[in-house]
Amino acid sequence: MAVTDAPRIVTSRIGYDDSFTLERYLSTGGYEALRKALAMTPEAVAAEVDAASLLGRGGAGFPAGRKWSMLRRDPVTYLVVNGDESEPATFKDHLLVERDPHQLLEGVLIATYALQVTRAFIYLRGEFALGLERLQHALNEAYDHGAVGSDIFGSGFSVDVVVHPGAGAYICGEETALLESLEGKRGFPRIKPPFFPAAIGLYGQPTVVNNVETMSNLPWIVLHGGKAFAALGEGRSTGTRLFALSGHVRRPGTYEVEMVKTTFRDLVYAPVYGGGVPGDREIKAFIPGGVSAPWFGPERLDLPLGQDEVANAGSMLGSGAITVMDSTTCMVRAAWRITRFFARESCGQCTPCREGSGWLERVLRRIEHGGGRDEDLDLLLDASDNIAPGLTWPPQQTTICVLGPSIPSSIHSAIDMFRDEFLLHVKEGRCPVG
Amino acid sequence: MTHFSPDMAARARELVSLYPEPRSALIPLCHLAQEQDGWLRPEAMEEIAGLVGVTAAEVRGTATFYDMLHTEPVGRYLVSICTNIACLLGGAEELLAHAERTLGVRAGRTTPDGVITLEDAECLAGCDRAPCVTVNHRYVGGLSADAFDQLVADLRAGRRGDEIPAHGTLVRVRRNGGLRVEGAQVAAERAAMSAAQADRARAAHDASGAGDG
Ligand SMILES: Cc1cc2nc3c(=O)[nH]c(=O)nc-3n(C[C@H](O)[C@H](O)[C@H](O)COP(=O)(O)O)c2cc1C
Ligand code: SF4
Ligand code: FES
Repeated sequence: MAVTDAPRIVTSRIGYDDSFTLERYLSTGGYEALRKALAMTPEAVAAEVDAASLLGRGGAGFPAGRKWSMLRRDPVTYLVVNGDESEPATFKDHLLVERDPHQLLEGVLIATYALQVTRAFIYLRGEFALGLERLQHALNEAYDHGAVGSDIFGSGFSVDVVVHPGAGAYICGEETALLESLEGKRGFPRIKPPFFPAAIGLYGQPTVVNNVETMSNLPWIVLHGGKAFAALGEGRSTGTRLFALSGHVRRPGTYEVEMVKTTFRDLVYAPVYGGGVPGDREIKAFIPGGVSAPWFGPERLDLPLGQDEVANAGSMLGSGAITVMDSTTCMVRAAWRITRFFARESCGQCTPCREGSGWLERVLRRIEHGGGRDEDLDLLLDASDNIAPGLTWPPQQTTICVLGPSIPSSIHSAIDMFRDEFLLHVKEGRCPVG
Repeated sequence: MTHFSPDMAARARELVSLYPEPRSALIPLCHLAQEQDGWLRPEAMEEIAGLVGVTAAEVRGTATFYDMLHTEPVGRYLVSICTNIACLLGGAEELLAHAERTLGVRAGRTTPDGVITLEDAECLAGCDRAPCVTVNHRYVGGLSADAFDQLVADLRAGRRGDEIPAHGTLVRVRRNGGLRVEGAQVAAERAAMSAAQADRARAAHDASGAGDG
């Protein structure tokens, strides 16, 4: 089992009961990276992040350094941190916010300095009641400590940070929907172009949007240097990454592992991570990167946890959510539940997504409940093809955001891998698995 | 006569002051209203509209987009059971069926005594403790049927009050003051920084002898 001795970059403190307090943070090197950054030029800080080759941890994996360099110059610019975390089976930002809110804040402050933004907003999923409390409390402590506000640590640099609650809508994780929501509107994704909020973002001003985990890596990168970060992992996937492991494993949880050097099998079976499948049952399939990702069969377990490695195999690491389904799993039910999620969460702006998701959900529901028809499998693939023509990976974009084209992933995977199981459902009106 | 209590009104004003445009405070203010009333009363939406400078219809139109904002009354405790993929694999559908049976209401409905509203929820980002259950958005862990019954008994008897406060996700959130830096000051500083940065970049470019010369 490959469990590498890579340092824990974002989870070094979570073992402490009081990991979220300023006292613990300061006694474990907290806010030293911010002091160091403030003594550098903003460009030098950005150059370290660029050298780290830090890929965004929100799902799309865009290099943070490159995104930062695209920020249009303007006296008024914003940093918005995406803490909406609603992709099913993703629960890593939740951990970072509740267990190490100061680390997140320090990362945010480093970014505000490197980017010279006017203000930062941290958009947290509204359901994170404890997270909102912990983060706001940490922010209050940071203000009192002189780490945020006017003339931070006597450096002459000033910036305010605002913690903002969402109110329950998956689509608000999509960055342009998030900006709409932050402006106090319905979370409708914005029509592209402009493709990046770096040109036109919050209130029409240039804005960088980054994920919570992306920000939480910054203190380490500033303290140890971008090169040290890039020395971990391999190829484009540098550093460590948090994976949220769920489903049929003995020890579900969030694990920080070195990228590429670790495989899916390591994560699922190593005693320090997943610890294997309960009852030592066989794995039927697993979802490598959140419910928008195509599924893999057990023959893919030896793939390395790297962005390009997984993409080349036809799926994505996405949000870092890995869900294991063992031999007792009914695949019709799994595909139906995931599709029901999309049908509920589609914002309704685009016809293929709004109508398609409802259609697919109804067909899957009737198969699951014993009312399936012979033509249903073709119907499912046909309707899927209407949303994402050709059912390619990555999918073709037919809609305003990528939620729509992500809907067919699980359906296509399930039918492709378990056609006989679907046919038996239709023929016998019940589940062959039990 | 305002609908918000004086304390709420003060918190509402502070929230509005945190944003370049008041409308950004709309959702946080809805959370405050739910903290005070348990749900979004029409009077509250009127008042929020006035505070952020939109119509009450716009407040309602926005609020109905969001699952956490209730334009109809809900029970004292919102019990949410996640049935999404990770929890499904951990027995969520069976737990939800059990909950519907013992509470005597379908998901989405409130018990006749007004204590519990049952919700069939999407992923709550607590997937490592499946099936994930929250009460008023406080995690109470992955629950067995027996543990669920105990939870319900506790809620009805008012035994979990400390751990599970009333509605309003901001009920225990307070900021220690408003913004500390003037927007105009920040903008001026940033413009100067931006200019200096451009100068440095130009100087570095010249020094490296790049260009067409
Ligand atoms: C439907 C949808 C949901 C998304 N949800 C999230 C989310 O919850 N958190 C997140 O950080 N990014 C989410 N994203 C990705 C964001 O649009 C954006 O790429 C990301 O926040 C950028 O940060 P990063 O570059 O640091 O990864 C979502 C994208 C889509 C299309
Ligand atoms: S693809 Fe779906 S979620 Fe995205 S904008 Fe269109 S309707 Fe909304
Ligand atoms: S799938 Fe249930 S909490 Fe995430």
